[in-house]
Amino acid sequence: MPSSPKVFPDAKTALEGLAFDGMTVMSGGFGLCGIPENLIAALRGSGVTGLTVISNNAGVDGFGLGQLLTTHQIKKMISSYVGENKEFERQYLAGELELEFNPQGTLAERIRAGGAGIPGFYTATGVGTIVAAGKEIKRFGDRDYVLETGLTADLSIIKAWKGDARGNLVYRKTARNFNPMMATAGKVCIAEVEEIVPVGALDPDTIHTPGIYVDRIVQGTFEKRIEQRTVRSSSEAIAQNKTAKEEA
Amino acid sequence: MPWTRDQLAERAAKELKDGFYVNLGIGIPTLVANHIPAGMTVTLQSENGMLGMGPFPTEDEIDADLVNAGKQTITELDETSYFSSADSFAMIRGGHINLTILGAMEVAENGDIANWMIPGKLVKGMGGAMDLVAGVKRVVVVMDHANKLGESKVLKKCDLPLTGTGVVNLIITTLGVFEVKPDRSGLKLIELAPDVTLEEIAEKTEAAYEVAL
Repeated sequence: MPSSPKVFPDAKTALEGLAFDGMTVMSGGFGLCGIPENLIAALRGSGVTGLTVISNNAGVDGFGLGQLLTTHQIKKMISSYVGENKEFERQYLAGELELEFNPQGTLAERIRAGGAGIPGFYTATGVGTIVAAGKEIKRFGDRDYVLETGLTADLSIIKAWKGDARGNLVYRKTARNFNPMMATAGKVCIAEVEEIVPVGALDPDTIHTPGIYVDRIVQGTFEKRIEQRTVRSSSEAIAQNKTAKEEA
Repeated sequence: MPWTRDQLAERAAKELKDGFYVNLGIGIPTLVANHIPAGMTVTLQSENGMLGMGPFPTEDEIDADLVNAGKQTITELDETSYFSSADSFAMIRGGHINLTILGAMEVAENGDIANWMIPGKLVKGMGGAMDLVAGVKRVVVVMDHANKLGESKVLKKCDLPLTGTGVVNLIITTLGVFEVKPDRSGLKLIELAPDVTLEEIAEKTEAAYEVAL
């Protein structure tokens, strides 16, 4: 592995000096797809508490962000959907956990805006619903829009497929999701990747996150747990391929 | 006979047009993918960051990095593209998606929809539903005509917290199809499920509607 000030040997070392009680953390992923497994575990190991976590979902019991719920390290979640986690449910109903729901697209855009130096933007999403309660409404043309603010964090932890020592990142398939915006919106961003490749190995035209956004990078090992394992039988697959060929 | 889940999906599939980019919600809307007419090009968007969603994988094809918005494993197609959640919702919010088909708890005669929250019950979150109803050009709802207590889900006004206001274009229930007038001034009943009578619809529908079969 090339020596570089951005490359760290493991997630625990990569987190050193960055975690503190009461901090705000952005954590990438959609469900369990594309989550920074190693850095979440390191955050748990750091023992910091009172965290505000910005993440589309809250993991499942005992995996992903669910691990930080088990240990009561999270004070507040900002998410769009948290339905897959019994411990989350228990803590929320017991008043041990704060929760702010954002529509998924609003959450994504708030993070994008935060990272791009845009303090707020207007969107039609949520107008006339409880999401818009107490927020400024402005009319453009014949439609009302609600003012939403940009989001930033003390730290963003993200997951990519490949990266180099300069912090350039490439994501794979739907594991991209919230990771690219979160890379831009943390005061510090740590990326964990499946493989650190030599600088120059990534085609500059295909880099998804330029290295400027990534302060630290670490190669991890991944369980990649699947939430909804949904399959078709191979006979169905053969039939579908046949139909597709006939249509072609 | 009221429409079954699969017949609802089949009816909803009639709203598809060649060349459409479509986002399908979870549940019955997902079944619409099984009824895309042969020869019609319809591209399915998954709001977690994918255009051109393929069928479920075989055991050998399962890839943890490839899931749909319901977190189910899926496959890609030759035309598939991947993008971030911000790009995905730019497509949705920017009006680039032609059609979305969603489930609902309640719909009102002015096109209001409630499909994410029941006060007093555990709230899981709205996910992308509010963005979809606000941003997609045409919003089609498929749902049971009545709830488990037998009460109409097609209402004068929604009781539950809203997902969006004045956004629904078409309501396909187990008993028939209602169009929301473009000026949001009310509903038109345009179709009945087989053997469902006007009397039955009248009895089971709270909202006012014109009959335009």
